[in-house]
This record gives sequence, structure tokens and C-alpha cells, in this order.
Amino acid sequence: MATTHADHHDDHHDHKPSGFFQRWVLSTNHKDIGTLYLVFALIMFLVGGAMALIIRAELFQPGLQLVDPEFFNQMTTMHALVMIFGAVMPAFVGLANWMVPLMIGAPDMALPRMNNWSFWIMPFAFGLLLLTLFVPGGGPAGGWTLYPPLSLQGGNNVAMTIFAIHMMGVSSIMGAINIIATILNMRAPGMDLLKMPIFVWAWLITAFLLIAVMPVLAGAVTMLLTDKFFLTSFFNAAGGGDPVMFQHIFWFFGHPEVYIMILPAFGVVSEIIPTFARKPLFGYQAMVYATASIAFLSFIVWAHHMFTVGMPMGGELFFMYATMLIAVPTGVKVFNWVSTIWKGSMTFETPMLFALGFVVLFTIGGFSGLMLAIVPADFQYHDTYFVVAHFHYVLVTGAVFSIMAAAYFWLPKWTGHMYNETLGKVHFWLSAISVNVLFFPQHFLGLAGMPRRIPDYNVAFADFNMISTIGGFAFGFSQLLFVYIVWQTARGGQKATAGVWEGAKGLEWTVPSPAPHHTFSTPPAIDDSMLAHGNTAH
Amino acid sequence: MNRFNRDDGMKQSFGIKVALGLGLLLMSAMAWGNPEPWQLNMTEGVTQSAAEVHNLHMIILWICVVIGLIVFGAMAVAIVRFRKSKGAVAATWSHNTTAEIIWTVIPVLILLAVAWPATSTIFRMADTTESEMTVKITGYQWMWRYEIVNYKGQDGQLNFVSRLDRDSDQTRQRGSGKNPADVQVDGENVYLLNVDRPLVLPTDTKIRFVITADDVIHSWWVPVLGWKQDAIPGVINESWTLIQKPGVYRGQCAELCGKDHGFMPIVVKAVPPAEFEQWLATEQLKLDEAARTAQNAASGASPAKG
Repeated sequence: MATTHADHHDDHHDHKPSGFFQRWVLSTNHKDIGTLYLVFALIMFLVGGAMALIIRAELFQPGLQLVDPEFFNQMTTMHALVMIFGAVMPAFVGLANWMVPLMIGAPDMALPRMNNWSFWIMPFAFGLLLLTLFVPGGGPAGGWTLYPPLSLQGGNNVAMTIFAIHMMGVSSIMGAINIIATILNMRAPGMDLLKMPIFVWAWLITAFLLIAVMPVLAGAVTMLLTDKFFLTSFFNAAGGGDPVMFQHIFWFFGHPEVYIMILPAFGVVSEIIPTFARKPLFGYQAMVYATASIAFLSFIVWAHHMFTVGMPMGGELFFMYATMLIAVPTGVKVFNWVSTIWKGSMTFETPMLFALGFVVLFTIGGFSGLMLAIVPADFQYHDTYFVVAHFHYVLVTGAVFSIMAAAYFWLPKWTGHMYNETLGKVHFWLSAISVNVLFFPQHFLGLAGMPRRIPDYNVAFADFNMISTIGGFAFGFSQLLFVYIVWQTARGGQKATAGVWEGAKGLEWTVPSPAPHHTFSTPPAIDDSMLAHGNTAH
Repeated sequence: MNRFNRDDGMKQSFGIKVALGLGLLLMSAMAWGNPEPWQLNMTEGVTQSAAEVHNLHMIILWICVVIGLIVFGAMAVAIVRFRKSKGAVAATWSHNTTAEIIWTVIPVLILLAVAWPATSTIFRMADTTESEMTVKITGYQWMWRYEIVNYKGQDGQLNFVSRLDRDSDQTRQRGSGKNPADVQVDGENVYLLNVDRPLVLPTDTKIRFVITADDVIHSWWVPVLGWKQDAIPGVINESWTLIQKPGVYRGQCAELCGKDHGFMPIVVKAVPPAEFEQWLATEQLKLDEAARTAQNAASGASPAKG
């Protein structure tokens, strides 16, 4: 009854703004802005992916065949900046924009015009960053971590990169403010905090992390700027400063940043697995508390990125213990996902394949992370391909797989069409196999002694590098299939119902597919049985 | 309904076979020297520190393997047994506080068990006291400088720069036409792992290093010694080693330092103390000779060379 009323109301509200400029450039609609973020992220993913293929192509064999070391360093630096700030983060913001208002029964985000600006800053920020590759001196080449003094040896790219990072930071901070304001103020009556979908919880917590640490990054890069141009010596020992202080400030941002990139992934997977297991998420409250614990702990582990800088022993011990501790709530989440599928009734559509793949492969990344936490062992792992393997497992088979899972899961809601299930499965299997061929051998390379960020290497490292490159090209080209699937689904396909998936529960599944331009213009009447976590007994 | 007992049993023994195979593989590939093709595992090294580090690595690795087998095993069982296509009906339970407590407390206990030996190794590796010699290492873009500051109470004068060897350097130029496989010393490929002047050090001697840099951050790393330490301009870091086995040990810079970060390797030649003292004396003679030549040239009509 409430649904029919909402349908009628929403059909009436399906008028989209007319004209490309009005609809897209001046959008204040959370769905369209969500789409903008997702399309932008997909483009950046391909750009960053191309840079990765240049890296892997050079590393195919020992010797320098394709690029000079200076350009190689620009590629490694830019690959990371583009993937982190241009692909993963905007993709998760796009998912938040689309789904958070729908999930809580809100008509839009709290601050729709600020939402527009949050997005439109991004193409300009990345235009500026990518432009550095074409100015004299080339792009930044000191690693995405921008350690001074090396990063300050750059030419024109220093100021351009810093300005671009500032722009991205402003976008993220405004977006985070919007999310918190929306979730805390615009939930439909009856949507108590501990009845919210877990994806909403994940984003609420992530938004606090963003507001806490993006300003710290801004501070760090501003100090780089003044050291370069305005005669300060924050990081210059000769002037009384300390290069290591940059590392502390950067990683105080940097560690919560990696949790910013994974908590929404946890949220996505926690929505998908119960749907396709036809069983409620196991331990909903424990999952919320575990997510909050991870977020809190993420502030006190930063120096585990710096175990070899010469920290006092007390520092090394504290950060080792705190880092080991963060494995506990993360493990709790994994056990809860496994308990969700245990005694479920599973089907394995593409979103479920990516979500289950996430649980297995992210856990492998978590294991290498736990190994890295052990300080004396880290003396051998630090700055080697072991670290590269670790973070690519958690970021690619972790964050990126969850984004793809989310795309397949919610594409029918966004477009009104089912994607081609066979092609989706092909994309999954090609990706899952090739990504392991690409990154698993890198554990061995690191353990054998291959440092990171080098364009050439001794012949002892040749075999696994060749295998990794083959995996890289296979993985890269498999993503073109994903682009095709998304594009094909946007254009047409089997009509999707409102509910889409048999096991789907939540307010977002009560609106038609595609979701009308305006939804929940009047708050929905919430029946606890409509919600995935309506039962307050736990 | 289907009983999957037989499948469970087969899955179990398969799991055990995988674990054994993996274990054997890891054991067999343990090299203790310089990197080997197809090397799977960390070196055990040539110092007690390296051995302890290797040990900690194996402990944490095995813990992860076991937990992984349990978790992935459970997932595999679930994926096979609890399929809608096999007629599985979903349970409705959704929480269990006791389970949450158990799988929070047990991991904490496991971590405490690992933290204990890790802590004692940290203490041991931080203790640079009672060393018998001091070597100063300075990182430059893109080479290392070594100075024997002090050997058994005697101040040293030896101070030299160690660069990528010429053969490697010529081969690595883009379009050189030379093959990295051909850069060899005594039948061992040393492409990008060889230098013109190695750092010669005595075995069975506690050696203290003071490490810094002249320009940007570098990192000094010889895997068989068991540690790396960042070389930071304006900062002096301390490390130590006690090499138990003579040999030639190779390492690389381990912190991005610019275009030739991959081309500033480290070679340590560890020799018995008597041989080291001989080397030191010979190098000292060469220094005195060079100083005399420079003095003669300076007092002559020709301008002194820098």
C-alpha cells in the first residue's frame, strides 16, 4: 500500500532536468551526481590501469627496454595517485551518493548544491594532475607518498600536484560533511541508527575518518609547498627541520586513508552476502562495533609504515602492538561473513561471486598485513615487493572487487535493466584468476629481496616478474569487458523489477527500477519487516 | 537431504596435502645467500639477527596459513553444501554473542604469543653497545660512501665511494644491446648487484654502523644481514651486525631516491678478521701512497688536481 502510493508519487517525480548542461553540470540530484562520480572513477581506473601496464611492460624482462627510469618513476607515482584519489575514493563516494539516501528513505543528500561542487572539483583536479606529465620536468616522480627531500627535487610538477591534492581534499571533506549531515538528520521516521543498513553505517564512520585526516594531508603538502617556495625548513635538516616529521604527518593521514578505502567495501560486501545467502547478516551489531573499532585503531598505527626510519624502540613496540591489534576486529568481520553463508541458501550471481572473492582474497591481503606488523620481520619486507603484493591484494581484490560487486548488484536499480549474467561471470573469473597471477608472485619477489619502485632488476627476479606481467595484461584487458557490460546495461537489457534480487531487503528495493529521478519526496512509512536489520533483538 | 560426509573427508585430506606441499615448497626454496631464480622464501641469512627474523617470519606465516585453511575450508564447505540449487533452506539465526567473544579472545591470545618473541628480537637488534668497530655509511644520489671510522680502538682513515659496476651500468642503458644475463662474476649473475669497490668487513666481529645521507632519503639493505636502515639527510641512524659466515653478500638501496634508485647496489665482502686486517693495512698503504703523490704534485709547477 505504501509502496503503491510511493510509486505513483515517484512516477510523478521522474522529470529530469532538460538539456545536458542543466542535468549534468548543474545537477543537485544524488542519483545523477552518483552516476557522475562512478563514470569519472571508471575513466580514472582505466587511466591508472594504463600506467600500471606501462610499469608491468617495462618489468616484463630484466634490462631497460621501453622507458627511462625518470619516466618509470613518474608512472609509479601517478598510477598510485590516480588509483587512490581518482578511482577508488570517487567510486565509493558515487556508491554513497546513489544508495545512502535511498537506503534511509531520504529524498536527497542534505546539501545538494555542495554535492554538485564536490563532484565538479574532481575533473579539474585530475586535469591539473595529469597535465604535469606534459610540462617540462614531467610529472611527480617521488612516489605517491611524496617524501621530502626527494619530492621537492621536482620542477613544475610540485606546485601543480600539491594544488591538485588540495582540490581533491576539499572535495572529499565537503562530501563527508554531506554524508554525515544526511545520515544523522534525514533518516525516515523509524529508521533508528541500529536499524540502518550496514553500508550506511560503514559510510557514516568513513565520513568521520575523512573529515579527521584530509586536513592533515592538506597540512603536510602545504608544508612541502612552503619548503619549496617560501624558505621554510619544515623538512630540511640543514634549516633545523626533519624529513621524518613529514612521514609522521603524512602517515597520520595515510593510514586512516587506507581504511577510508576499505570500510565502504566492508559495507558493500555486508549488503551483498546476506542477499544471495538469503540469510541475515550474522552479528549485525558486532559488525557495526568492529567497523568503529577499526576506525578508531586506524589513528594509532601510522608509524608501521616507518619501522626502518630509526624510531626509538618504545615507538616500534607500541606501533607493532597496535597494528597487530587491528587484525582482531578485522578477523571478527571475516568470521561473521563466513557465519552468514553457513547454513544459508546460496546462489552465485556475479555480485555474490565478487563478494565471496573479496572475502577470500582480502583475507590473504590481511594475512600479509599481519606479517608486516611484526617489526623485525618488517625489516626484511619493508620497501620490497612483499609490501606491493600486500596492498594490491587489499586494494584490488579488496576495494576494487567490492566496487565491481556493488556495480553488478545495483546496476539494475540504477538503469532498470539486468546486466548480462553470463558476461558478468566471465568478467569475474577472468579477473579473479588473472589478478592472482599478477600479484601472488610478488610476495615471492619481495621475500627474495626485490626492492620496490625499481625499473630494472637482477635476472634472479626475472621469472616471477614475467609471470606477474602476463597476469597484469590479462587483468587489464579483462576490465574492458566490464566497461562493455556496464555500457550495454545502461543502454538496454531485460527489465529489472523493483526488488531485483530474491533475497534483497531494504528501502532501496521498494522503489522502481530504474529509480525515479526523485524518490521519497515524502518519507516512507517504515515496517521493520522491510528492513534487513529491522529486528532490534540484536 | 544430501550428507556430504565423504566429500568432507576428501576435502580434509586434500587440505592436508596442500598444506604439506606448501610447507615442503617453502622449505626447499630457502636460499641463504644472494637471490636465486624462483626463490619463494626469505633468506635465513648469515647473522643471528637474520635467523631470528626468519624464524619470526615463519611463525607468523604458518599461523596465517593455518587460519586461512580453517576459514577458506569452512567457506568451501559452505559453498558446496548450502546452495539453493541443492535444496538448502536458509536458517534464520543471525547472531551469537558467545561466538563473537571466542573469536575475539583467541586471536588476541595468538597475537600475544607472537608479540613475545618479536619484542625480544627488537630489544636484541636495538642494542648497539660493545661493538668492536664502527663504519659510517652515507647515501648519495646514486652511490654509497663507506668510512671505516674506528676498528678495535684505532681511528680509521679509509673513506671511499662504492658505485654500480661498469658492466651493469653499460648493460642497463636503454638500447644498449647488451644482455643482463651476461653480467657475471665467477659464474654468478651479478647484474645490478655488483659494485666497483665492495665494503670489506670482518666476520665474528660486532660491527656498529652509523648511517646517514647527503641529499635525499636512501635505505641500506643487505638481506642476509637481516635488516635495513633508512639513510636520512640530517639524521644519523645506528645499526649493528655480527657476520657469522664469510662470503660476498649483495643488497640494494631500499628507499626511492630518484632516477637511479634501482642502480646503487651494495656489496659486502665478509672475510675472517685476519684477512680483514690485512685488507685494511693494504688500503691504508694505498692511501698514504696517494697522499704522497698528491703532495708531490702540489709542490710541483702543475696545478693540483681536485
